[in-house]
Amino acid sequence: MNSRMINWFSQSWMVLVYIFLYMPIVTLVIFSFNDSQLVTVWSHASMRWYVALMGDGDLISAVALSLKIAFFSALISVFFGVFTAFCLNRYKRFVGRTLLSSMAATPLVMPDVIVGLSLLLMLVSMQHWLGYPERGLFTILLGHALLGTAYATVVVTSRLREMDSKLDEAAMDLGCQPLQVFRLVTLPLLLPALVSAFLLTFTLSFDDVVLSSFLSGPGYSTMPMVIFSRARLGLNPTINAVATVTIVVVTCAVIASSFYTSHQERKRRREVAQAYSDSNK
Amino acid sequence: MNNMTNYLRRFFNGRHLVIGIPYLWFLMLALVPLFIVLKISVSEMESTSVSNMVSWSQGWPSIKLNFASYVFIGSDELYVKAYLSSLNYALLTTVICLVIGYPFAYFMARSPKHLQPMLLMLIMLPFWTSFLLRIYAWKTLLVSNGVINNVLMSLGIIKLPLEMMNTPFSLMVGMVYSYLPFMILPLYANLSKLDMRYLEAAADLGTSPLKAFWLITVPLSKAGIIAGAMLVFIPAVGEYVIPELLGGPNTLMIGRVLWDEFFSNNDWPMASAVAVVMILLIMLPMAIYNKYQSEQLEPKP
Repeated sequence: MNSRMINWFSQSWMVLVYIFLYMPIVTLVIFSFNDSQLVTVWSHASMRWYVALMGDGDLISAVALSLKIAFFSALISVFFGVFTAFCLNRYKRFVGRTLLSSMAATPLVMPDVIVGLSLLLMLVSMQHWLGYPERGLFTILLGHALLGTAYATVVVTSRLREMDSKLDEAAMDLGCQPLQVFRLVTLPLLLPALVSAFLLTFTLSFDDVVLSSFLSGPGYSTMPMVIFSRARLGLNPTINAVATVTIVVVTCAVIASSFYTSHQERKRRREVAQAYSDSNK
Repeated sequence: MNNMTNYLRRFFNGRHLVIGIPYLWFLMLALVPLFIVLKISVSEMESTSVSNMVSWSQGWPSIKLNFASYVFIGSDELYVKAYLSSLNYALLTTVICLVIGYPFAYFMARSPKHLQPMLLMLIMLPFWTSFLLRIYAWKTLLVSNGVINNVLMSLGIIKLPLEMMNTPFSLMVGMVYSYLPFMILPLYANLSKLDMRYLEAAADLGTSPLKAFWLITVPLSKAGIIAGAMLVFIPAVGEYVIPELLGGPNTLMIGRVLWDEFFSNNDWPMASAVAVVMILLIMLPMAIYNKYQSEQLEPKP
């Protein structure tokens, strides 16, 4: 095999994988503009299903509920994720460190059905003893926040590992209290990671169907729950329209956040370079 | 008294507080619920609270355990079959993801440096857009009057529509599709850090590229392979949404069995017992993954 053949082979392999990954998404978007009642047969372009979407009260209230849950669960996840990542990264030895790190890694891989079932049974026993909480928004929020914390921990940890702990030490040498170090040095440097952790946990929550189904109570249906129950029955063109809206919003958010992150990174590098050149004068 | 306050003050210092917050959070939401599942799996349908299980005889508490659910799982062919076929599908998914994902991650790590962030982003992007909607999209592609059949028939390649939906094939397409990024990302992270000088040294010593690949690249990327395989295999065993939407009534998977025990039969002890056995099955891969993950979370030396 010569190198041209290897190049050709590797490029076509990559192109095929990308086609595999994007083909469903592209067809979903194309057929959302299809006028036919049949999802899979193209008649002609129309905005019919977007109009139908506007009048779909169930779906719209489900989207509102999902957005609310996603926002708050992302906030909670980032909060606990920072604590967990900080403990695991900065405290090298404490009792039960392994237990904490495996508890934080478990929700990442544990099948959703088990996480959902176990959380529900815990909440039901809690309700049995304390009379609280009712199944509904709060219980879904807790489930999503648990899953989100695990992901936020990974994102924040990878950032903490890259960060120079000399900066913390310098701040301490200059007389900062530990809390001040965290507030003035660590937290600002972590900001891009916090933004991407927030986005990731937000989309995870916005996407979840299994945990929500276990944890929700009567009257609380999230968007994925509504979509899932419709998709089980068969193909439904309004789903294509919702999907297209979601895909456009998410793609814009991801691209914007990656620009923000790389902008922050460049700014930080510039400031570091500036600081070094000032100190060498 | 003074001693006590001193002790309390020392105990509630900043460090303990910082460790305590995430600790309590995860204990309450990740560990305690698993014990409750274990407990409910050995109780009877009517007595799902602790007070009903503990009876007092001669001043000593005795706990009444009920292993009926486990006996039932062991004796009923359906459950055994469901576990075996779940493991089988999960293993197959892992192998296919590795076969597709390893060359992909390798080529991605070898592609021009300025293109790599873009290629990585293109892998991440579907992962960000809803998993449920992407599975639904495969349904529109695979049904017998679906997009793939329509295209193939209009091109004259096939005369009758292929029956792809509700078969093990559609299930595998959905599983591989959803889990492929989880395989590619750790592999890429690993392969992009590979020191090229090893391969140059091997070439200088007269090793053929293919042999160098087997003897150097593959062993050095072992950590990535393990992480990717576990990230695919473990959740795939308990997958519910993909078999429900793409697998049809005949593909048996344990996640669906658990779901039906809980939602259709309302049999909580049975659902819990199914969950406990599933946890036992994924315990070993989980331990491997946790070991790898905690090594990753360790501060750099």
